[in-house]
Amino acid sequence: MADKTLDAKGLNCPLPILRAKKAINEISPGQTLEVLATDPGAVADFAAFCRTTGNELMESGQTGNVYRFVIKKV
Amino acid sequence: MADNPKSMSIIVTKGSLDWAYPPFILATTAAAMDVNVTMFFTFYGLELLKKKLDLQVSPLGNPAMKMPMGGIHMAMPNIVGMLPGVDAAATVMMKNMIKKKGVASIEDLRTAAVESDVKMIACQMTMDLFEYKMEDMIEGPVLGGAASWVDLATKSDINLFI
Repeated sequence: MADKTLDAKGLNCPLPILRAKKAINEISPGQTLEVLATDPGAVADFAAFCRTTGNELMESGQTGNVYRFVIKKV
Repeated sequence: MADNPKSMSIIVTKGSLDWAYPPFILATTAAAMDVNVTMFFTFYGLELLKKKLDLQVSPLGNPAMKMPMGGIHMAMPNIVGMLPGVDAAATVMMKNMIKKKGVASIEDLRTAAVESDVKMIACQMTMDLFEYKMEDMIEGPVLGGAASWVDLATKSDINLFI
């Protein structure tokens, strides 16, 4: 269970990343953020976001047309 | 990550609705990725700093602009694109598509840029040339010239001209 969930479904680039950043600012280091998105570009983008920011991408998966990411704040 | 932040500068030279996207998308995304961003607005790019945005898109002289229409994609012949009202109609179409597809508005991206501490420089020379006033611009931009950008660019990891 993530500490916070962000519903970014229906949003297009770069909004899921921008909203995720805002949400990460609201949690503490060590806590996790779950992001739900429908933008297929989000798969590569959340991996890139985590590589650059140092946050840990713990899960990246897909159910139907919804992508789900779990990010742990460093 | 914050110990050694990367930095990016973007020279923004265009002020139409379509060309407003790349600089603001890249600036806000980079800022979200802990990159220090500075945008240098010059010539038509200054249009993007006005308090009241009235951005248009024009199919005229743009053979690559193929809007989806009833299942197909159509480019507009220049002789049609030059007619009065075509730009306005194309702009309405584009804005409808933007809304429908969950794409951010330029207003929203610009607000996000300001909120995420993207630095903005308005080109003093163009402000002068076009007789623009800082009062007509949003809060935040500072005045600067080419030297400001060159100084910044020598220290930036990424420099873009859009």
